Amino acid sequence: MSKRIDVKDLNVYYTNFLAVEDVNIEIEAKSVTAFIGPSGCGKSTFLRTLNRMHEVIPGGRVEGEVLLDGDNLYESGVDPVTVRSQIGMVFQRPNPFPTMSIRDNVLAGVKLNSKKISRSDAEDLVEKSLRGANLWNEVKDRLDKPGSGLSGGQQQRLCIARTIAVKPQVILMDEPCSALDPISTLAIEDLINELKNEFTVVIVTHNMQQAARVSDKTAFFNIAGTGKPGKLIEYAETATIFSNPTVKATEDYVSGRFG
Amino acid sequence: MSAVTTRNLPKNSSRKPGLTPNGRKRNSLSKGHLPRWATPGIAAGSLILGAAASTLGGFSVVTFAIFTAIIFVVASAIITTVVEGSRRGKNALATHLVYAAFLLALIPLVSVLFTVLQKGLPGINMHFLFHSMNGVTGAIDNASVENGTPVLGGAYHAVVGTLLITMWSTLISVPVGMLTAIYLVEYGKNGPLARAITFFVDVMTGIPSIVAGLFATALFAVIMGPTARMGIVAAVALSVLMIPTVVRSTEEMLKIVPNELREAAYALGVRKWRTIAKVVIPTAISGIASGVTLAIARVIGETAPILVTAGLANNINVNVFGNWMATLPTFIYYQILTPTSPTNVDPSIQRAWAAALLLILMVMVLNLGARLVASLFAPKKGR
Amino acid sequence: MTTNALRRNGSKGQVGDKVFSGAALGAGILILVTLLAVAVFLLIQALPIFSADPELVSGGEGFATYIFPIVIGTVIAAAIALVIATPVGIAVALFISHYAPRRLAAGLGYVIDLLAAIPSVIYGAWGYLVLAPALVPIYAWLAENLGFIPIFEGPASQTGKTIFTAGIVLAVMVLPIITSLSREIFLQTPKLHEEAALALGATRWEMIVMSVIPFARPGIISAVMLGLGRALGETMAVALVLSTGALIPSLIKSGNQTIAAEIALNFPEAFGLRLSELIAAGLVLFVITLVVNLIARAIIARHKEFSGAN
Repeated sequence: MSKRIDVKDLNVYYTNFLAVEDVNIEIEAKSVTAFIGPSGCGKSTFLRTLNRMHEVIPGGRVEGEVLLDGDNLYESGVDPVTVRSQIGMVFQRPNPFPTMSIRDNVLAGVKLNSKKISRSDAEDLVEKSLRGANLWNEVKDRLDKPGSGLSGGQQQRLCIARTIAVKPQVILMDEPCSALDPISTLAIEDLINELKNEFTVVIVTHNMQQAARVSDKTAFFNIAGTGKPGKLIEYAETATIFSNPTVKATEDYVSGRFG
Repeated sequence: MSAVTTRNLPKNSSRKPGLTPNGRKRNSLSKGHLPRWATPGIAAGSLILGAAASTLGGFSVVTFAIFTAIIFVVASAIITTVVEGSRRGKNALATHLVYAAFLLALIPLVSVLFTVLQKGLPGINMHFLFHSMNGVTGAIDNASVENGTPVLGGAYHAVVGTLLITMWSTLISVPVGMLTAIYLVEYGKNGPLARAITFFVDVMTGIPSIVAGLFATALFAVIMGPTARMGIVAAVALSVLMIPTVVRSTEEMLKIVPNELREAAYALGVRKWRTIAKVVIPTAISGIASGVTLAIARVIGETAPILVTAGLANNINVNVFGNWMATLPTFIYYQILTPTSPTNVDPSIQRAWAAALLLILMVMVLNLGARLVASLFAPKKGR
Repeated sequence: MTTNALRRNGSKGQVGDKVFSGAALGAGILILVTLLAVAVFLLIQALPIFSADPELVSGGEGFATYIFPIVIGTVIAAAIALVIATPVGIAVALFISHYAPRRLAAGLGYVIDLLAAIPSVIYGAWGYLVLAPALVPIYAWLAENLGFIPIFEGPASQTGKTIFTAGIVLAVMVLPIITSLSREIFLQTPKLHEEAALALGATRWEMIVMSVIPFARPGIISAVMLGLGRALGETMAVALVLSTGALIPSLIKSGNQTIAAEIALNFPEAFGLRLSELIAAGLVLFVITLVVNLIARAIIARHKEFSGAN
């Protein structure tokens, strides 16, 4: 249940402004890939092109190819909705739907699309997704309570459960721990380690220790200066990036000399 | 917000805590200030002088209040100027004028509410609520005045008309207004068409209500001939007044729905229209519902557009697509301006005030309802 | 090239998106069309009066002669309303924003908003049956003592149903508009400006004059303009309160007329040329209020651009 992603010659634009230039990267199935780099280097922007969320922003467009197991996401005739149901996304700040209960939040992907689902199937899906997000034991007694009543870390795991429930191939995470306390962060990191048994995971993070802890491979993005496009500088095994990078900028960054 | 800073401003010496620990020694910072009892003292003096001045030209509560207020404002300004200097004198004058303005603004509100209650209550009874004016003539009114029997005839037909016409205009305005707001916030983004619509919605807010009535008449005159007067024409006229309010309030509410929720839904593979219908609108529904309720409250009391569109009826008409129709506002208007019995106007006036009380009750219920709705539908919070 | 698996059943469900966005767009366009229709239909219905024989128009001297006095009457009534409502409205707004205890302020604002909630016909009834009789002695006094000024020329109306009474009722109706808009602007005054003034030793009034008023001036002007738009177009207060007649300078005698009231009073019985005449009058009113509102909006828009406080 997971697919690989290959990106070929991708340029990302906001209207006419080139935000990320010429990215080529191969992301293996059932692996965790981390994107690191200084603020504004385009790593989040690039992440959003992987499930066509970038074009939700007015003026957002791309050139190049993103292949999901060989199928180009950007080929004409491809519906972004289909893409997003295969490549899910978890955001920086936990964003459960405030009008829905915990159960309905998990079922949101199914219910919002008005797909028919039997009661028992729904119960199974809720339990399986919440267990998958390590949240089941904490919320099983209050599934009908609003999701906004949970703590920040629980809300974020609820968002992950919601994403798992639509059974995607790939899960993209945009700084999923930056709004959380250290204990909740640890819980999410443990979860990411479990998720890679079933999904391809791509995570953007500001926290280099986090990248070192959770990822198999790491991509370092950098920017030459304000107004210049962000670029993929180096992409390798995580151990290599942190112990023996080939590019000077990567070394400077991971050793804390800038950024 | 700003009240915080100004509230802590000491008005006079006694307000400065900590500066006079034993309270005996006169603090140097409070020198040259009026003592604490100055304001009530001046007020008491003004009351006496005001009473005296008002008796000169025949005592009445109104002249008494006016004279007292003027004397108080002038006297305290002069005394403060003399003791504390002209800057503080001006400040005192401004402060008292601002307070006076607020009290002045309350007078019509209190007077209107009091009058409507006082004159409307006697006319409210089961007969009034559940009978129309059908068959009630000047002779009947004359008889009830001469024999002292209860006033006959009621506003049932007008209540029915008001509810029907308001319902139809709501049915027209809410979908159009909400969809327009959705276009502006979710689709139009700041494009030229969206800006044009925003601009013309602003223009529409300023259309005088009678012009909206004329428009609806002119529209139906072109379609159905010059004498088309019926409930639905009035409903169209009211919609012209209601749509901009609905657009405005819905737009505001949709704008404050966080973008994160839309993105969360998109990332789950949910289509845009489903995201709007099932995530964005439910999140904003409390504000939208209270905005719509306020819009209804606004048009339910409109008179002028009804006068020129629905004609006047004395009987119950439940068909908005045919025949003339009465509403509470037009009922009030005609009862006052053309009393049923020109020689004995009291029964008509009584009916008018009773109808006014009904109308005010409706409007107040809608206004309170709007607040209730806002808290009732608000997204559930708390753990 | 191989078939893209993502394209399968790609268009399914896109119909919903198209229908929904189409409906939203349609509603927006409907508003534009409606407004255009307002102008066009009023024009069509009004046209006969402009080409009609001047003798057939009310007054017998053509449309311009007919409309002129009631335009002036409309302006007089609105002017009276503004002269009263502007200072009081601004002072009330200041009271709520800067004088009242903070806990009360919101509630007091709501009370003033209630003034706006009361239907105009009830204000009309109140003006007709309560206010007008109450003003009779004041008018008599004015005519007696200040009668040398044309606007107070006697003999004063015995019923109190004069344009001055109508103006007072209009003032009450316009007051909440001016108050709520000014209040909003007053509350937006940068706190730093206020505190800077206070730190210089200014009294509260000096602080208001130094920092609040200059900041809020454009907002106040547009609030007054919007109030003017409402006062010009308000019908019932005048239709019920004013005992109409020819254009006269005295404000305390029966006489004068406004466009809105002229239409409301005569429309139910009008037909033929008289109907066109009244609709043409409505068109004139529409144009006047449109211009006033546009000016107000322009001031607001300009203010937004320069204030920097979004």
